Amino acid sequence: MSVDNAVPPVVRMTGITITFPGVLALDGVDFTLRPGEVHSLMGENGAGKSTLIKALTGVYQIDAGEIEVAGEPRRFSGTADAQDAGISTVYQEVNLCGNLSVGENVMLGHEPRRGAGVDWKEAHRLAQEHLESLGLSIDTRSTLSSHSIAIQQLVSIGRAMVLDAKVLILDEPTSSLDRSEVERLFAVVRNLRDKGVAILFVSHFLDQVYEISDRITVLRNGRLVGEYAVDELPRGQLVAKMIGRELDELTALGSVADRPVDRTGTPVLRAQGIGRRGTLEPVDLEVYDGEVVGIAGLLGSGRTELVRLLYGADRAEEGQIEVDGRPTRHSSPRHAIENRISFSSENRRAEGIVADLTVAENIILGIQARRGALRRIPKSEADAIVEEYMTALGVRPADPNMLAGNLSGGNQQKVLLGRWLATLPELIVLDEPTRGIDVGAKADIQRKIAELSAQGLSVIFISSELEEVLRLAQRVVVMRDRRKIGELDSSDVDLDGLIEYIANTPEESAA
Amino acid sequence: MKAIARHRIFWPSVALLALIAINTIARPRFILITVRDGELYGALIDILRNSAPLMLVALGMTIVIATRGIDLSVGAIMAVSGAVALTIIDAAPDSHDLGTVLVALVTALAVALVLGVWNGFLVAVVGIQPIIATLVLMLAGRGVALLITGGFITTVNSDPYKFIATGYLLGLPFAFLISVAAIAVIALIERRTALGVLTEAVGINPEASRLAGVRARGIVFGAYVASGLLAGIAGIIYSSNIRAADANAAGLFIELYAILAVVLGGTSLMGGKFTIAGTVIGVLTIQTLESTILFLGVPSAQSPVFFAVVVIVVVLVQSPRLHRWARQTSRAARARRDADTGARTGVAS
Repeated sequence: MSVDNAVPPVVRMTGITITFPGVLALDGVDFTLRPGEVHSLMGENGAGKSTLIKALTGVYQIDAGEIEVAGEPRRFSGTADAQDAGISTVYQEVNLCGNLSVGENVMLGHEPRRGAGVDWKEAHRLAQEHLESLGLSIDTRSTLSSHSIAIQQLVSIGRAMVLDAKVLILDEPTSSLDRSEVERLFAVVRNLRDKGVAILFVSHFLDQVYEISDRITVLRNGRLVGEYAVDELPRGQLVAKMIGRELDELTALGSVADRPVDRTGTPVLRAQGIGRRGTLEPVDLEVYDGEVVGIAGLLGSGRTELVRLLYGADRAEEGQIEVDGRPTRHSSPRHAIENRISFSSENRRAEGIVADLTVAENIILGIQARRGALRRIPKSEADAIVEEYMTALGVRPADPNMLAGNLSGGNQQKVLLGRWLATLPELIVLDEPTRGIDVGAKADIQRKIAELSAQGLSVIFISSELEEVLRLAQRVVVMRDRRKIGELDSSDVDLDGLIEYIANTPEESAA
Repeated sequence: MKAIARHRIFWPSVALLALIAINTIARPRFILITVRDGELYGALIDILRNSAPLMLVALGMTIVIATRGIDLSVGAIMAVSGAVALTIIDAAPDSHDLGTVLVALVTALAVALVLGVWNGFLVAVVGIQPIIATLVLMLAGRGVALLITGGFITTVNSDPYKFIATGYLLGLPFAFLISVAAIAVIALIERRTALGVLTEAVGINPEASRLAGVRARGIVFGAYVASGLLAGIAGIIYSSNIRAADANAAGLFIELYAILAVVLGGTSLMGGKFTIAGTVIGVLTIQTLESTILFLGVPSAQSPVFFAVVVIVVVLVQSPRLHRWARQTSRAARARRDADTGARTGVAS
């Protein structure tokens, strides 16, 4: 769809500047959003995407610059102001009330009245109507949390419709959706766009950005790089503009998986028939010294469940685990850690980062927990460790005393990686370490994994991005429907082959 | 200056100093400390001495709150520990015997410890919500205390026991020295070891901490045990002060005052980051306020209202939202002024 430049913009931000203590988060950024367009905001972690969105939604106060909504200068001193101006946001992690019904969530704060009370019947009818206009027919009286994240996001958009949003911000809405759910979301987005809603879209999936966007604005290090029509900006150029380097780092990593692995010795980890009723059918798995084992499969295929059992995050009901040939049990994370196994959860915010502690405290947490509360790591030693891993992983901003919660997603991931590497594990389990983070940080993390495994660290690597799995892992374990369906040597299979295997291989023919 | 103002205990300290200033203006004698026989006396010294039970309870409460918990049973534990101690002394042939008193103290503290273990077990092992888990003991504890004293208010006359609350050591009230020792021990344990930061980690994000290998359960458990033990000491000081074990009145509502002290000191009820210094200031603020009420001769019927009003003011003074609002208003006023001057000087654009 072509965008008419003559249409007056619904949002015009000029010279937006926001500073945090010691950091210039946004530096004179201009941004324009027109009705009836899908506009992608692109940039690395820490480029200022989230900050710009927070300025537009009234979460942050701007230090300089102007925001105009529908031609009217506005000053937002809170999210309510932005909402009144017709700006609604759908976040990656749904910010609705999971314990209320779908209808209550959609109508929250705008319930139709009947006398002094709420006309619930009418409320649910209206909610139903709004959701159906989005092509979603679910029982509005069902509890929100009983639905998948994808449905919850659509409900959240339904809520934006009730608020009569002129601007809809979708911040990483697709990172936990599968392909068909993404299709469904995009159908809704196109529908809204055609009705004249301006949509600001943020995603790290380039395919999706190119599929849905009309226009792209690129930020880098808090500055505007430029605004482009989508057909004038080929992918290579977009990536180059985002990371400010011409070279495609990800392809440069190319041949990692081809490194030969010696599988004659004792495996670092051997699991036999590890499983748990209703969660995972018994699985066998071996990981050798310096080997990267990828686990591929769709969301819900049991890959996360498997590694949680291996780590002792959940208790296995059956099966044996051997570490370096010694039989052992992982009935809590501590046991796994004592066996020098680390696990970085896919759920960075809920199960990884301790947001209100500093970056340094977050990195030290793993070793400190290992040493016990009474043997405090001396300050000088802690500083040295923190410094070492922040530099090695390129955490930005390089301020160890910053609260970890204020870092961008990719940098939080680096901090978590630092926490685990600092404990000097023999095996590190990384569940979706690159989800929701940008190309630059992704390349950094992949390079680190490749480097460490070459030095003898064993890795179990889970990712929804199969290219990534094939690039890093020597061996790929394929999961489907909560069971392991096979194991592939990654040099024997290409991307299409792997997708085909995940989708179609019957269990009997598994290797 | 800005850095000082940003410090977490800045506003709590301002509130406390303001309260002391108001008292001093109302009655200059308030600030006076006199020395008699090498011992210090005065209104401020009384505040330090009388604050001991609340101080101990609030210290424990701070740790518990940092783990995202709450301990409502501290008042009841105070009643039990006082009852145990005085019943033992009462039953002994010589109530003035130091050995008897020591046995009584050790037994009372052991019982308090067991009650703390009970709370810790319910919260950390069984997984009951803290407010409910400790409510059990809050309601049942006073019954236990009454059972121990046989339904009476046990009174004793024991010089060594009396010394705990009213005695002097090195010129300072002994009860005050106990609270200083408790503050020092807690601060050392929490900040010199890694216990403090691990406690905060558990309070901020229990699941992330568990996956990071932190003994989350042990830390939560320990917090309730510490809280129980500290409440036990508080109960001994309280009963020593009145030389009686009053199962109904000992430590009544102290859990609420302790929570108030923790919050006034700047520790969030959401758990996580905590400040021992803040709690100390919070306790002293509450105690000063109590003295102020006595000092200003507020009629006892109105004193809770007076207390509440001052607490609201103190909380408002500390509110970050109010600070932000004040900054914004002054910034807006400045902007308006600048705009006016701009218009007057005829800057056309």
